Amino acid sequence: MKKELRVDPTACSGHGLCAELLPELITLDEWGYPIVAREPVPRSLDRHVRRAVTDCPTLALRLLPAS
Amino acid sequence: MTYGTTVPYSASSPGPRGSQRVSPGPAGTGPAGTGPAGGDLPRLLPVHGAVPVDLHTHVSRYAAPPYFGHPGQLIPVLKAAGLTGRGGAAFPVYRKLQAVAEARTRPVVIGNGAEGEPASDKDKSLLWISPHLVLDGLQLAAEAVGSQAVALYVHRNARLQERLRAAVAERAAAGIDRAPVEIIDAPPRFLAGEESALASRISGQPAMPRFKPPRVFERGVVGRPTLVHNVETLAHMALIARYGPAWFRAVGTPGEPGSMLCTLHPADGRRDVVETALGTPLRELLRLDGTQAVLSGGYHGAWVPAADAARMTLSNEDLQPAGAFVGAGVLVALPATRCGIAETARVARYLALESAGQCGPCFNGLPRIAAALDEVASPRPDPRAVTDMIRWAGLVEGRGACHHPDGTTRFVRSALHVFREEIRNHSAGRCVDPAREPFLPLPADTALAAADWS
Amino acid sequence: MNGITQSTALWYASRATGVVSLLLLTGVVLLGVLVNRQGRLPGLPRFVVTGLHRNLSLLGVVFVAIHVITAVLDPYVTIRIVAIVLPFSSAYKPLWLGLGAISLDLVLALILTSLARARMSRRLWRSLHWLSYAAWVSALLHSLFSSTDLQHGVLLYLTIACTLAVVAAVIWRITHAGREIPREERAAATLTMMSPRGGPQAPGSPRDGARRRAPENVR
Repeated sequence: MKKELRVDPTACSGHGLCAELLPELITLDEWGYPIVAREPVPRSLDRHVRRAVTDCPTLALRLLPAS
Repeated sequence: MTYGTTVPYSASSPGPRGSQRVSPGPAGTGPAGTGPAGGDLPRLLPVHGAVPVDLHTHVSRYAAPPYFGHPGQLIPVLKAAGLTGRGGAAFPVYRKLQAVAEARTRPVVIGNGAEGEPASDKDKSLLWISPHLVLDGLQLAAEAVGSQAVALYVHRNARLQERLRAAVAERAAAGIDRAPVEIIDAPPRFLAGEESALASRISGQPAMPRFKPPRVFERGVVGRPTLVHNVETLAHMALIARYGPAWFRAVGTPGEPGSMLCTLHPADGRRDVVETALGTPLRELLRLDGTQAVLSGGYHGAWVPAADAARMTLSNEDLQPAGAFVGAGVLVALPATRCGIAETARVARYLALESAGQCGPCFNGLPRIAAALDEVASPRPDPRAVTDMIRWAGLVEGRGACHHPDGTTRFVRSALHVFREEIRNHSAGRCVDPAREPFLPLPADTALAAADWS
Repeated sequence: MNGITQSTALWYASRATGVVSLLLLTGVVLLGVLVNRQGRLPGLPRFVVTGLHRNLSLLGVVFVAIHVITAVLDPYVTIRIVAIVLPFSSAYKPLWLGLGAISLDLVLALILTSLARARMSRRLWRSLHWLSYAAWVSALLHSLFSSTDLQHGVLLYLTIACTLAVVAAVIWRITHAGREIPREERAAATLTMMSPRGGPQAPGSPRDGARRRAPENVR
C-alpha cells in the first residue's frame, strides 16, 4: 500500500529535525514548521522516512495511507 | 421560493420580510410518503410568522416522529433524497450515517447547533422556532445508527438552552423520545462547531480542532464513533422520514435538491433568516441594486462581484466556478458605498484571533495576513503588503488541523480579486468609504471571549 | 598475588562503571532538557542533540549493566540477583541499594518506552518520561551513599558539578517554558507583533488601526 507523510500540526512545535533527516520530502517554512511533499513516499527513502517519523521529538510526523 | 421570518433575540432584529413571504399552501399532515404538497415552503419554519412551535402544534402539523423500528432503514431514504449537510460542507448525509452505523462500537449522535459564524442566525432561529423538528431528526438519526447516547450542542445563549431543555422535558413526558437528549453548551468561538472541536468539547476538553485521521465518525466523543449533523440537516431528516425522497426533491435542483435556511444581509443593513429552495436566483434573495459584491458562504466563503451574482442561483453548481459556495447559507450584499477591503480586513483580523493557536502555520500566518490586509486598507499602503499576503496565504493553506486557514485565505484571496479596483484607489490615497462604519457583523465581545474555549 | 586480585578487579570495575553511569545519566538529562526546549549544540545540526540524547542513554544502560553485574559477582558483599531490580530487598544497605534498584527499573522503563514511542500515544510517553528526573535523583543518592567513594576528593567535586548542572538545567527549563505563549494567545501575540500601529483590539472598535487612518473620500 502506498503511504504518504503527514504532519499533525497540533503536535508539531517546529523542532525542524525532520527537514534535516529527510530533505528530499520536507522543507521548513519561514516560521520553522515543516512543509511535507504530498506524494507517495518512494520506496528508496523508506529507511530515512521511518527514522524521521520515530525521531520527531513531538511525534508529529505520521506515515499514513496515501489519499 | 422563499419564506421569511424574524431573527429571534437578535439585537438587529428586523421586521418580517413581507416582500419575500410567500403564502404557503395548506400544510396538512398525512402518512409517510404523501404528506403536504412538496413544492410548498416553508417546510422547517411555521406557516404563520415566527411564533415558536410547541410540542402540541408540532405534532398536529407533522405527527409524531415515524420511527422505523430498525437501525439502518432511514439511510437509503436519505440517499434517495440526496440530502446534503446544511452546516457548510454539503457532504452527502447518508454516507456519514452509513459509516457510523457500520462501526463496531456503540456510536454517539450529536446535533450541531454551535453556529460560531457571526453572520449566521439560521441554526439559532430554527432551534428557537422549530425545536421539535430538530429533536425528531436527532431521534431518527440515533435510531438509524443504533445509538442511545444523544446530545444537542448549542450556541451559548441561556434563553435558547433553557427553552430547549424544556422542549426535551416535554417530549420525555409525552413519551416521544426513544433516547434521552442532553443539551450541551458550545463556547462562543468561530471554530466551536468544527466536528473535532465539538467532539473534544463534549469529551470534556477545550473546543479545539484536532488532526484527522481518525475522523470524528471513526473516533469522536470519548473515542466512540460519533455522528455529527447540523441541526438544520436533522430537521430535513425528520421531514424526509415522514414524506419521503420525492417530496424532498419537489423543490431545489436535481443535483442539489431541497430547501435550505439562509441568513440574508441585504445592502440596507437588515438581517433575515429565510427558507428558500436551492437554485433560487440570488437576485431574488438579495435585491442587488446598489450592491457591489455578494459574500457567499460566510467568513470562510468568497466574494462574488454583484454583476456575476445577479446571474447566479443559490447552488454550488453556480457558485463553485466563481470560487464560492453555498455553505451554511450566509449571503451578504455589500453596498457600493462601502470599502470591501476594509470590511474584509476587519473580518480577517477577527478570523486570525479565532485561531486556536495550535498549528504553527495558522497562528503565524493568519495574523500576518490580517495585518497585511489592514495595511492594504490604509492610505498609500506598502506595495509589498499584497505580495506578502499571497505568499503567506500559500504557506497556510492545507496546513492546519482544520480548515480555518483554508477558509480564511479563500475569503481574503477573493477580496483581493473582487476589490482590486479599490486596492488601486488606496494606492492613490483614496477610498470609497473613509468613514469606515462597520458593515459585516462581528461579535461585540471578541476581546472578552479571547481565552474562552470551553 | 599482590595488587589487583580477581575480587578487587570486580570491586574496582563496579565502582568505576557506577561513576561513569552517573556521568552518562547526567549528560542524558541535560540533553533531554535541551531537546525539550528546542535547543541546539553550537555549530551542530538539530538531530545531533536528539541523537546524542538517545545514544548516550543507550550507552548508559550498558555501563549500568556492567556496574550491576560486577557488583553482584563481587564476593566482598553478597547481593542477591533479585535485589538488583526489587527495591529495598537487599540485606546490605537496603535503602541505598534500593534507590539504585529503583533507578535501574526507571531507566529500563524509560528506554523501553522510548524505543516503542512511535507506537504509543505521545501523552503516555511524555508522562512516563517525566520519571527520568526521579531516575536521575535516585541514581545520585545511590551513588553518594552506597559507598564513600563520592564523598571526598575529585569524585565529590564531580558529583557536585553534576548536581549543579541538572539543577541549573531544570531552572532554565522552567523559566524558558514560563515564557512560552499559551496557545489561546498565540495568534493575538503574532498580530500585535505584526501590527506596529495597532494591537489586536476587538475588530471594529474605534481604536481599530484601519479606521484611524481612513483615507480621504473618492467622491
